[in-house]
Amino acid sequence: MLAEKIACLGVNHQTAPVEIREKLAFADDCLSPLVQIKEIVGCDECCFLSTCNRVEVLLVGKAGDATIAAARDVLFADSGLSGAEAAQYSYLFTGSAAINHVFRVAASLDSMVLGEPQILGQLKDAYRLAIEHRATGAILHRLLSKSFSVAKRIRTETSIGGNAVSISYAAVQLARKILGELTGKTVLLAGAGEMAELAAEHLVAQGVAKVVVANRTLERAVTLARRFNGEAVVLGELASRLADADILISSTGSPDLILRKEAMTPVMRQRYHRPVFLIDIAVPRDLDPDLNDLDNVYLYDIDDLQQVVVANKGERRREADRAELIVAEETIKFLHWLENMELTPTITELRRRIDVLRDIELNRTLAALPGLSPEEKKAVTMMGTALVNKLLHYPLMFLKNSGAIEQKRANLSIFRKMFGLDSDHGSGDER
Amino acid sequence: MEFLFLLVFVLYLGATITAMVCFFNLNQRLRLMARTLLWAAAGLHTSYLVIRFVVYGQTPVASQHEAVSFFAWSLAVAYLAFRWRYQVKNFAAFVLPLILALVLVALSVPGQVVDLAPAMRSWWMQLHGVLALLANAFFALAFCGGIMYLLQEREIKRKRMGFFSARLPSLEALDNLNQHCLTIGFPLLTLGIISGALWGRQAWGDFWQWNPKEVWSLITWLIYAAMIHQRFTVGWRRRRAAIMAIVGFCAVLFTLWGVSFFLGGDHPYAG
Repeated sequence: MLAEKIACLGVNHQTAPVEIREKLAFADDCLSPLVQIKEIVGCDECCFLSTCNRVEVLLVGKAGDATIAAARDVLFADSGLSGAEAAQYSYLFTGSAAINHVFRVAASLDSMVLGEPQILGQLKDAYRLAIEHRATGAILHRLLSKSFSVAKRIRTETSIGGNAVSISYAAVQLARKILGELTGKTVLLAGAGEMAELAAEHLVAQGVAKVVVANRTLERAVTLARRFNGEAVVLGELASRLADADILISSTGSPDLILRKEAMTPVMRQRYHRPVFLIDIAVPRDLDPDLNDLDNVYLYDIDDLQQVVVANKGERRREADRAELIVAEETIKFLHWLENMELTPTITELRRRIDVLRDIELNRTLAALPGLSPEEKKAVTMMGTALVNKLLHYPLMFLKNSGAIEQKRANLSIFRKMFGLDSDHGSGDER
Repeated sequence: MEFLFLLVFVLYLGATITAMVCFFNLNQRLRLMARTLLWAAAGLHTSYLVIRFVVYGQTPVASQHEAVSFFAWSLAVAYLAFRWRYQVKNFAAFVLPLILALVLVALSVPGQVVDLAPAMRSWWMQLHGVLALLANAFFALAFCGGIMYLLQEREIKRKRMGFFSARLPSLEALDNLNQHCLTIGFPLLTLGIISGALWGRQAWGDFWQWNPKEVWSLITWLIYAAMIHQRFTVGWRRRRAAIMAIVGFCAVLFTLWGVSFFLGGDHPYAG
């Protein structure tokens, strides 16, 4: 069966520790392993993927033990590990499990950070390389392009990639929820430490237009502000500067609160109640927790952000369960496609033989009836064709829709016997 | 004709159910299906209104059935027009149930045409009905936006991002929606009230009689006028604007039904 020709051999972050994975990092050269695997006897099609968390070979062919062992040797060639160790650290999937695995990898269900988007791009690159070197055929083409569309389907129908799972990205995502697009917005940094710098970098990358740095010592503020083409002020000006800012990131080393609720009320009036997102990453805290009670003020401290991240991770795991269902459904669809691929040679063979038979019988009949007009000849010919089509209709239906895979296989073999497709002298001119 | 309206209802029902299911499972095919169904429903609803207009020779805004059905139609059209200009994520899941409820009301009251007293028959009446109901449609959109705003804000304030947070647009987008709806709805309401006054003069000889319907229209108008004024002067936006949009729409509904039901008066479909 075709499905059994598909095999997936690999090493990932679950089966092998980083010490092992780094020994087989092919990051700079995916081409030579691809070429070597392509040369293995029994390999019809292949694709080779290498990222920092996984190395995988996707293989279509006579996936016997020798072929797999040869592919594994290519993977572990430079690692210095014995064959037994290599087998211990790697996994092998065949048939529907392999299809399932490829879909899961593409959809980032097998990733270290569930739902991270890079893996799809890496898989696409691997596919492109395989195409360029003519390593792929009908089955891998279909399997890989299907895996891309499965990944896309999962992205739109579940929110597996939707919620941020790092603190800095969670802050950006929240800012977007509150303020919409960040282009043109102003961010105010209180404190000129490393944390503030990192956060500002992140926001500038998201299109924030202006950075203002407020610091206890103006000198430090100026240095940091210069990096972002921003403005530097002393910390005392914080409240007045807050009237123009959309986001405040506070990370001073101050032991006391630097902004209290009472001080914020007039600022809000000055801002015409435009919303403001306050992020307090300082410990001890800089911003009065009661600020969150004000209308249009949204305050998150470091623990709140952490909590959001934890919740989002849980959400991703829940969404992953839904994604697994989609993968299972798509795997079944793919198996159906493979089964029909398998029927194709049988059906064409049958058609060819029957057409030969029909032509022979037609010629014989027409030769015996020399007096027929062209119209009558045509009618007889058409009758032959119609008879063949009508007779074949139900057998072909039976072949195509016969339930479970074992049933299908059994039916296929009965079908071939019934029509004598496995006998060599079946070209129609016996008798 | 009753059958036609029933069909309109069934299409809206289908669109609403698909949109709600899609809101939960985010299936893109369902989203497309809901949109197609809504287009079909709105199209058929339009032909229903046109047929009524041609058969009875007057804009179908006079009876309770006609007014509510026209209200639902305006809401569908306003929603589709908005969608064409800019998109509000999952807006349909909030607007469609409202449309469906209105159609259901229209379906449950007698559909025959009312025989208006000669004094009542006037182009002003028809213009008044159309404008006021169109204004209501935009206020209804602002109302839906307001509810979405409060749901989204609640999750952000409580720091528990959950079900709604992932499905609703940003607070900014929802506040923009509120502003757009007001800037379209308010002028329509103003013109609606003016045309109503002109019709009143034609029918009863007086621009304004201080009957309950008129008083409540004025209250509604004042609420929205205050909202717009406050938004552009002292920055009543966001949360307050969202709450006001909900309050304002309650006033709209009371003017439309509550007045006739509790206070009486001689507006055409007051009964």
